[in-house]
Amino acid sequence: MRLQVATRHAIFSVLELASQPDRQMSAVDIAEKYSISPNHLAKVLRTLGREGIVDAARGVGGGYRFVGNPKRLTLFDIIAIFEPIGPTTGGIEAGDDTSEGQALRLVMNEIEDTARATLSSITIDTMLKIARRSSAPKPSERRSVSR
Amino acid sequence: MTKEQAFIIRPASAADIEHIVRLDAAVTSMPKSTYWEALFKDCQSRRNQHFLLVAVKGDVLVGFIAGEIRAWEFGSPPCGWVFAIAVDPNTRLSGMGADLFQAICDAFRRAGITKVRTMVARDAQLVMSFFRAQGMMAGPFVELEKDLDE
Repeated sequence: MRLQVATRHAIFSVLELASQPDRQMSAVDIAEKYSISPNHLAKVLRTLGREGIVDAARGVGGGYRFVGNPKRLTLFDIIAIFEPIGPTTGGIEAGDDTSEGQALRLVMNEIEDTARATLSSITIDTMLKIARRSSAPKPSERRSVSR
Repeated sequence: MTKEQAFIIRPASAADIEHIVRLDAAVTSMPKSTYWEALFKDCQSRRNQHFLLVAVKGDVLVGFIAGEIRAWEFGSPPCGWVFAIAVDPNTRLSGMGADLFQAICDAFRRAGITKVRTMVARDAQLVMSFFRAQGMMAGPFVELEKDLDE
């Protein structure tokens, strides 16, 4: 499973802001840490603001602040804002009306159900705990990634 | 124990079983007194392998956790299994579930166990979130099943 760029930016932003809920951070500060485009990130943050997950304060010293509930907001909730996710309920595809197509649909649904259950069970609070347990390379040791 | 967590966790006694049965029935809507009585007997006869712990607030039982050590099933080396946990709905969000989980993990550790597992229904999001919050991740086994009338 590969997440879209905007979804990854959203998850990083929420994690960064939720890790210090009393602090306001600018899009530039967050973008710098994750080596991502501040302009793209600003759009993502506006979307998160419309969803009531972050709050934006304008003007000098302004920035974004996490206003969600870290023990209730899940990865699934964030991903679902930015990209379609869930069981294969889309249109009929070629071969779907064959027994082989139905068998393939059954297996794909099993995979998607598992992914959905995993993403729905991991809250932002839990992600922050996992991140604290993970050892990240120092900034100077990180490899650069094309944006 | 903090002031807000005015409860104690201890091994279940015979007098606790009726309260465990009642709390379990209230939480799962599936009364099963025979099961809990048998499980308590197992705990009494194999104290180092079967665990049934209760959380008590004053004189009231407000939570419990059950588990056991299993060895070599499915090719797995000995590990602790948590197969039931319940907290009185009026007492939730007090950290009691986490303390119960910690207590049974401590019991497993004292028995020399270094791994704990559980199994959760895929759609039981709150229960799965609870175990995730305790640091549990997907393990190396996948549960498979089949309807026998196929």
